[in-house]
Amino acid sequence: MTRTFFKSLLATLASIRLTVFLLVLSILMVFAATLDQVHLGVWGVQEKYFHSFFVLTRIAGTPYSVPVFPGGYLLGGVLLANLLAAHCTRFRLAWKNCGIWLTHIGLILLLIGEGVSGLWQRDSQMRLDVGQTKHYAESFRETELAVADTTDPRYDEVVAIPSVWVEERAEIQHPRLPFTLRATAYYPNAMLRMRNATTDAPAPVATLGDGTEITVQPAPVTYKPNESNWPTAFIEIRGTDGLIGTVLVSSLLVSPQAFAYQGRTWQVSLRAKRDYFPVAITLLKFTHDVYPGTSIPKDFASTIRLRSDDGREDRQVRIYMNSPLRFAGRAFYQAGYDNNDRTSVLQVVRNPAWTVPYAACGLIALGLAVQFLIHLLGFARRRATATAAAAQPKAS
Amino acid sequence: MKTKLPAIVAVFALLGLACTLWPEPRRRGFDLAAFGRLPVLADGRLKPMDSVARNTLLLLQGRQRVATPDGRSLTPHEWLLTVLFQPATADACRMIRIDNADVLSLFNLSPADGDGGVRFAFAQLRPGLAELDRQAQLAAPVEAAERTTFQRAVEELREHLLLYDHLKFSLQAPDSPDFPALLASAAQLPAARPVFETMDSFSVLRVVPPASGTPDWRTAGRSLLASAALGAGVDPAVRQYTAMGRAWVAGDPEAFNAVVRDYAASLTASFAPVMRKCALEALFNRAEPFYSSLVLYVVAFLCAVVSWLKWPDILGRTALGLMELAFALTTLGILARMWLEGRPPVTNLYSSALFIGWGAVGLCLILERLDRRAVAGAAGSLIGFSTLVIAHHLSLSGDTLEMMRAVLDSNFWLATHVVTVTIGYASTFLAGFLAIIYILRGVLTRSLDAATADSLARMVYGIVCFATFFSFVGTVLGGIWADQSWGRFWGWDPKENGALIIVIWNAVILHARWGGLVRQRGLMALAVFGNIVTAWSWFGTNMLGVGLHSYGFTSAAFYGLLSFVLVQVALIALALLPPGRWRSFRAAAT
Repeated sequence: MTRTFFKSLLATLASIRLTVFLLVLSILMVFAATLDQVHLGVWGVQEKYFHSFFVLTRIAGTPYSVPVFPGGYLLGGVLLANLLAAHCTRFRLAWKNCGIWLTHIGLILLLIGEGVSGLWQRDSQMRLDVGQTKHYAESFRETELAVADTTDPRYDEVVAIPSVWVEERAEIQHPRLPFTLRATAYYPNAMLRMRNATTDAPAPVATLGDGTEITVQPAPVTYKPNESNWPTAFIEIRGTDGLIGTVLVSSLLVSPQAFAYQGRTWQVSLRAKRDYFPVAITLLKFTHDVYPGTSIPKDFASTIRLRSDDGREDRQVRIYMNSPLRFAGRAFYQAGYDNNDRTSVLQVVRNPAWTVPYAACGLIALGLAVQFLIHLLGFARRRATATAAAAQPKAS
Repeated sequence: MKTKLPAIVAVFALLGLACTLWPEPRRRGFDLAAFGRLPVLADGRLKPMDSVARNTLLLLQGRQRVATPDGRSLTPHEWLLTVLFQPATADACRMIRIDNADVLSLFNLSPADGDGGVRFAFAQLRPGLAELDRQAQLAAPVEAAERTTFQRAVEELREHLLLYDHLKFSLQAPDSPDFPALLASAAQLPAARPVFETMDSFSVLRVVPPASGTPDWRTAGRSLLASAALGAGVDPAVRQYTAMGRAWVAGDPEAFNAVVRDYAASLTASFAPVMRKCALEALFNRAEPFYSSLVLYVVAFLCAVVSWLKWPDILGRTALGLMELAFALTTLGILARMWLEGRPPVTNLYSSALFIGWGAVGLCLILERLDRRAVAGAAGSLIGFSTLVIAHHLSLSGDTLEMMRAVLDSNFWLATHVVTVTIGYASTFLAGFLAIIYILRGVLTRSLDAATADSLARMVYGIVCFATFFSFVGTVLGGIWADQSWGRFWGWDPKENGALIIVIWNAVILHARWGGLVRQRGLMALAVFGNIVTAWSWFGTNMLGVGLHSYGFTSAAFYGLLSFVLVQVALIALALLPPGRWRSFRAAAT
């Protein structure tokens, strides 16, 4: 009984009907996601549709969301299962099927690669003024809570805490820190105003730093490509002998919030999440050419000096459109410019699976070519036979 | 006689084509064609005056001919010379198109005041320019995607008027009473500096070729400022253009032709390659190979369709011959554009339309050789015609040989990714159009016999395989390009998604057929849906970029796309009729 059930389940899982059904569902999902980009922007859409198991929609007027459509991970996963099952049950290894095998293996690789990229790819940005040197890139969307011991003037000792701890208002303990931190309030996006510029400001929450002079106005989260969210939080700091104080941290605040505790100076800030790499990058020159008499960009290029921490690399590199630098497991691209062409913006991408699509797509292309050529040859052979057969009676 | 029809038609078509290459007759003795070949730098590239005149007119009024107030008709060259040297006369010509009634009312004008109800003269619009500026300022802070139809029309008209007005500053100052006299002696130049500065800042055209020491083509104003500063004489180019202007205003063709000839000869000495390109571009503009092909495709389509009912062999051969001729002509046209641009065939939406048509017709010529039933011929000529009509409409938005933005400036990827993915589009459309022929012939006529039906089904299947391969490889190459230049293989951007949907849809068709889920009629219905998918990917995704939710519903292109989709849906509904309702199958059954 269970055995026949299992068999029929496997047959359904391996069926070509399921393939067609899943493909049609993926078309619908991609189409809906494309239309939704107008409202959500490309990042919002990726999270809602592609990097999820279910596409959720909020029921109007309630905080509850319900799944309305399978998401990218689910569809991709079932498609993967469908492919594997089909190959276990239906397809035999034969020369006439080799194109299909190649195509499907490539597809399996592609699906896995996309899954890996979706989970592990990290994008960040590096804004460099001419002459500036940096060791790190900053995320556009993720933030971190940085707590620095700045007592020694020669160096800072920094503890960076992922912002999810702040968002969940969890208590943060760290062996390097002689105190604990906890967010009492967190706003994914907010505007800051000087307290003395507002008339109806509520009582101050922060007791230390700039926050005592500033009021916070929560703002809706934006998905527009040319606007940023400004996460903001109040952090309560407790020492062994009770409350030290509450500070306001926000990615809008340029300087960190300082306080003293047990004879050491500390700084707290909510900043864009940093990706440090073992190389120092200095922007030597940035050029932005246009076609004569127009504002159509012809080329953007950053000339940088690259010095690795181990001292083995020290060279100049020109990064320009369609010509990135690949180094230290990351790729650096010319992404934009700012500040009247004095600041260059580089995009830094870290994707451990970046070579997978190349291999996968190579296999699929080869497979399709082989399979369709087999079809074409078969067709030509049948046609030749048919023509010969038609010519026979006339000849006799 | 009847059997010679294909040859006779081909001879006539060739004679017609030869006529398009015939030199333009001189008007009132002026050698305007020679003037049209003179090079200038505009929109970031060197082009002949001929292109400046034609493209500007297409942009401003959607056609090349201009009517003067006294009922004469001006060629593009005559119009450009009038704008450059007789601005007051040019201002009286009705050649600025305004379709939007609300915008028209800003100027207190009604359609009755315009040529053909839509074309107005700059002189008529002048009193309302301040109000237009005010409206444009009101619209400026509104985000491009959120602007209303009216605001967009204001913005567009303002740009057109600025372009027209600035054109007048290219060779002289339109408000100076006697510009040639101003340049007569070097001593007067420094005093006229403000005039030259205005000319330099407004000028659309850079007419002065680089001399030793200056890297780039300059405006006449900039060159005159340099002359004034150095106390040197006026640059020969400016002098010759001024002399041309004097001869044109005086109505002296001999003097005009002599100056044009001298100037061209002096340029040929130092800029021979530029002059060759400009001469070819001017010839290309006049011959209009794509327009001739469009006419040939229409005739070929009609011959192919009639051949299903009468004289299949003769009309079929005529259709094939005409299609081959039109294909050769579009090939030449595309090659000429490639040589002018120094680029692979597809660089923008306009050239993608040309190339999709070219690719589909090329495939049809192969199919027609394999199976002579004029079916592929009809589909090919229909696609050839439609894509050329689309290209014509796209050409109204300005220079089609525009410069490539930095992001796209990679001939390698343009040649590989763009060309392959465009072949994918072309073949998906071809499968869809072949399916349309199957459906229409099968449902409406008795002409779809079993052999033709099988042959069509084989063609559609084969083309879908071909389309799957090319759209997949093209999409992947696009991913690799994105990975190389932006650091992500796939970014779920609308255009990428559009291409992906085409690939998946072709995969759906193939799997549905292999799995026995569809037979011939189902295959045809799926292939027709491929037209919708491809049209959306080609144009629909671009409309999203400019904000479908706010104003897309009013744009003509959106309605075009919508009606195309509705027609395809109706065709799919026809395909789903039970076989008993298909006239061809009923005929076969009885």
